[in-house]
Amino acid sequence: MNIAVIDRIMLRFFAGLQDFFSLAARTFVRIFRRPYYYREFAVQFDKLGFSSLFICMLTGLFTGMVMALQALIQLKPFAATSYVGGMVAVTMIKELGPVLASLMVAGRVGSAITAELGTMVVTEQVDAMRVEGTDIVQRLVAPRVKAMLLALPLLTVVADAISLLGGYIMSAGYGINPTMYVKGIPQFMVFQDLIEGVVKPTFFGLLIAVTGCYVGLNTRGGAEGVGNSAKQAVVLSSVLILMSDFFLTKIFVTFRG
Amino acid sequence: MSGRDSIRMEKVCYSVGGRTILENFDFCLERGVNRTILGVSGVGKTTILKLLLGLLHPDSGRVSIGDLCITGLPEAHFRERRKRIAIVFQGGALFDSMTVGENVGYRLFEAGQLAEAEIERIVLEKLSFVGVEQAVNLYPAELSGGMRKRVAIARALAADPDYIFFDEPTTGLDPIGVYNICSLMQRLQAEGKTTLMVTHDLTTAFATSKRFTFLHRARMVFDGTEVEMRDSAIPEVREFLTPTKDSLFVGKLPMLGSDRNG
Repeated sequence: MNIAVIDRIMLRFFAGLQDFFSLAARTFVRIFRRPYYYREFAVQFDKLGFSSLFICMLTGLFTGMVMALQALIQLKPFAATSYVGGMVAVTMIKELGPVLASLMVAGRVGSAITAELGTMVVTEQVDAMRVEGTDIVQRLVAPRVKAMLLALPLLTVVADAISLLGGYIMSAGYGINPTMYVKGIPQFMVFQDLIEGVVKPTFFGLLIAVTGCYVGLNTRGGAEGVGNSAKQAVVLSSVLILMSDFFLTKIFVTFRG
Repeated sequence: MSGRDSIRMEKVCYSVGGRTILENFDFCLERGVNRTILGVSGVGKTTILKLLLGLLHPDSGRVSIGDLCITGLPEAHFRERRKRIAIVFQGGALFDSMTVGENVGYRLFEAGQLAEAEIERIVLEKLSFVGVEQAVNLYPAELSGGMRKRVAIARALAADPDYIFFDEPTTGLDPIGVYNICSLMQRLQAEGKTTLMVTHDLTTAFATSKRFTFLHRARMVFDGTEVEMRDSAIPEVREFLTPTKDSLFVGKLPMLGSDRNG
């Protein structure tokens, strides 16, 4: 590989990165600017958020159950099974809940956003909107980002709650009563953990929506291009979620002191 | 004709992925002069429309709408000026999540200056102008190709633009559909709209335009009237007007050769 090829790849990468952040910044500004497109926001909230509820509940239930099962096996030799509620809660609320719910939503919703916008691009609907005088970022991107910013934290809270329930279902089999299960939770958690559990999915929601919109609006080609973009959006947003989770955790740990 | 009443390109160069689409291209669409840009498929005709609308940005050269040069300007700075122009895309580009009525009234709903009842009246008026008022509550997926194009024309008319661009308006239509679209364009011209069409369909072009531009290998090789075009000695123009079996040989037309650039 000669230097010219590397140069071209780097140039394309940084140009893409610049466009991505430019779209994110323009979207942020337009979230607070009229017109707000309430109807579009409501439609997107239903499509992106409400329709992902069941899959997030399933994820939460089985993850909570498996977490409790693993914890019970580890804690039993030390007669510390009463801490299982706290262990499930701290793991799910701080880490697994936000990350798993976001990954599920990225797979389901990120690809849908990209496919929808990508199809609009290749069928020239986006160009038609621009000619009609519409600000594409305001009309297409901002409502989706707003919907995700609101929906993903809510979905995560539901997934967390269901995971605690799943954890209790498993614990009940080991003779742990509800009071013991719930009392274990505050022993492992502080209020900041709850904040962390909501801030993370809000940030991940932003990543999923902006990535989906960015890749969708840059779709080239026909049906194959749309398919490639959808795949690219899911991979990209999943990787970004996992990477940013580390950095967010690091920031929270730093602030905790 | 003053600069205010024209849309022009001056020395525009545009390329994609190393392929030259336009090279030092000059073009002027004056108010009241209906024009057609001709050329074989893939030569870059649609690109010209998108450059004139500011949907694409040239590598070099200037594009002006009236006296405003839009090259390098952020879209927000010329959005109002661009509202003087409407376009009928090749596939219609109707918004598939909206009904026909919502598509046609889109720009008016977005502007938010008219009452809903007034917008509905305008929508029905435009739909009846193109003869598809019965489709007002249908979705684009429920329409035939010809109906889609007519709805797209109605949408273009809704905001009362000065200029209307047509991108291959008759491609894929049956002879009756072609006749209907040509008639519609002539009616629009009679109402004072200036039309710019890109096509490779000579019948439609000669039925609806006064001046013709012929594009070949990224350059304008002819600009003139129908008579001048028919009398032209330019080999590419003659070949386009009366193709022979030699035209089919690989390398003769830009699309078929390995050095295709348009």
